[in-house]
Amino acid sequence: MGFEKFGRRSFTAVTKTSRFVDLLAEGKVEGTVCKDCGEKYFPPRADCARCFSKNLDWFEMPKKGRLETFTTAYYAPLGFENDPPYSMGVVDFGSGLKLFARMAKDIKPEEWKVGMEVTVRPIKYEDGQLSFEITKV
Amino acid sequence: MKKEVAIIGVGQSAFVRGYEGSIRELAFEAFREAMQDAGITQKEVDASIFCSAPEYDKQRSPAGVLAEYLGLIPQPTLYVETVCSSSSSGVRVAYSMIKAGLHDIVVVLGFQKMSELTSAESQERMGRGADIQWEAPFGTMMPAYYALYAQAYMAKHGVTHEDLMNVRIKASTYGVINDRAVYRKPVRPEDFRAGDPEAKMAAPVAWPLRVGDCCANADGSSCIILASAEKAKALSKKPIWILGIGAASEAVNMASRPDFTKGLSVTYHAAEMAYRMAGITPKDVKVAEVHDCFTIAEIMAYEGLGFAPTGEGKQLIREKATYKEGRIPVNVDGGLLSKGHPIGATGGSQIRTIVLQLRGEAGAMQVPGEPDIGLVHNIGGVGLYGNITILGRD
Ligand SMILES: [Zn+2]
Repeated sequence: MGFEKFGRRSFTAVTKTSRFVDLLAEGKVEGTVCKDCGEKYFPPRADCARCFSKNLDWFEMPKKGRLETFTTAYYAPLGFENDPPYSMGVVDFGSGLKLFARMAKDIKPEEWKVGMEVTVRPIKYEDGQLSFEITKV
Repeated sequence: MKKEVAIIGVGQSAFVRGYEGSIRELAFEAFREAMQDAGITQKEVDASIFCSAPEYDKQRSPAGVLAEYLGLIPQPTLYVETVCSSSSSGVRVAYSMIKAGLHDIVVVLGFQKMSELTSAESQERMGRGADIQWEAPFGTMMPAYYALYAQAYMAKHGVTHEDLMNVRIKASTYGVINDRAVYRKPVRPEDFRAGDPEAKMAAPVAWPLRVGDCCANADGSSCIILASAEKAKALSKKPIWILGIGAASEAVNMASRPDFTKGLSVTYHAAEMAYRMAGITPKDVKVAEVHDCFTIAEIMAYEGLGFAPTGEGKQLIREKATYKEGRIPVNVDGGLLSKGHPIGATGGSQIRTIVLQLRGEAGAMQVPGEPDIGLVHNIGGVGLYGNITILGRD
């Protein structure tokens, strides 16, 4: 249990990576790293696909990355009707680490630019759901 | 080129909004046409494969129910799913069964009744066709995912909204003359005029994609009948051969995608596989169907399929090279944009279009010059699955 608290609305309650949500509550956005071969994963995984190890540890994601691409949704799927417009994007931290998330609501869609420097921070919604979002450095 | 498995019958229902019947009745429409086209009876069919994306209708395990309604029991039947490319995957499985010598004639039936859901429900289902653990919690949907590709790709390669609009206008040119299409109206540049409340195509859905950049949901069915070489020669006057078949997969999460400026990796991988198997190059393709679920997807597909170098796909639409009279006609049946995209039926419908083109039976949509080789590009999800089928005539 625990993972039902992730995102605007979670579709998964049970996962071996549910500590991710506890870390968000502590103010950290973390991925997992394989203790045996060093492979890093985001989104986090409980199993290393490279060496088959199940010995994974948590590591904090880098603070700065580049906005690789983004979109602004003016229409939403069922269950998210009250949210539009909202932007979502991909951050590239280099060395193969990327992250997909919503983008800070207090920044206007036209202020986002492909290639700009961005950072990531945990957020708590008014209903108690925990997530992370992309924002300006 | 090996000629081991042929298509001997094709069928498709009209693609419509709000089909007045159940899924079994919808499936029967394409089946009837394909069986009459092949000139065979159910006794001659050795197996059936049913294809759709789950959760649009309430029927679980549809293969058994539909096989019975079509009169295909007690022959073996099964269900194949790769969302929007389900029926191309079904054809891949049927090809393998025939090549393996397990069966001689296999029916592949794709269907989808999307109208049982509202548009918002449908987007929620599609969002859950991607990563439900790490992405759907943000409120993802198909237009937003393709918009991520559009944003990066357009910025890098100088593709404009006018280019996207011209893809939509081309699709509508053929939707108008395709009596099976769901969207039969022409689209004009003024329909995209920003800020004009009358311009229905201009409203943003997931920027940079607008209403006019998105394909039309529809109810529909398609049916492809495959046969071994021996049966095809005995039964068919105009067998269309499967010359090459390629398929690929990609990471589901956007965080694991290598490059948003290069289009879908599955297109490149599946195309390489299909071209190699067929022993042809992109220049040999005379007519193509590509997966234009969004306008941007068609331009990216031009490049992934080798019709244009990376970054130069826009030139094909600017020069009208993909119109019926052009160098490489693409989606001259209206494509997903105008013909419609009843998810599980789409691949079979694309294959049917190419079969009719190669037989010279495409009517008003017929490409001139008696095309001998055609290609079908069918994508599942946001480039999660890619299926490419290369067809040729005798
Ligand atoms: Zn490892």
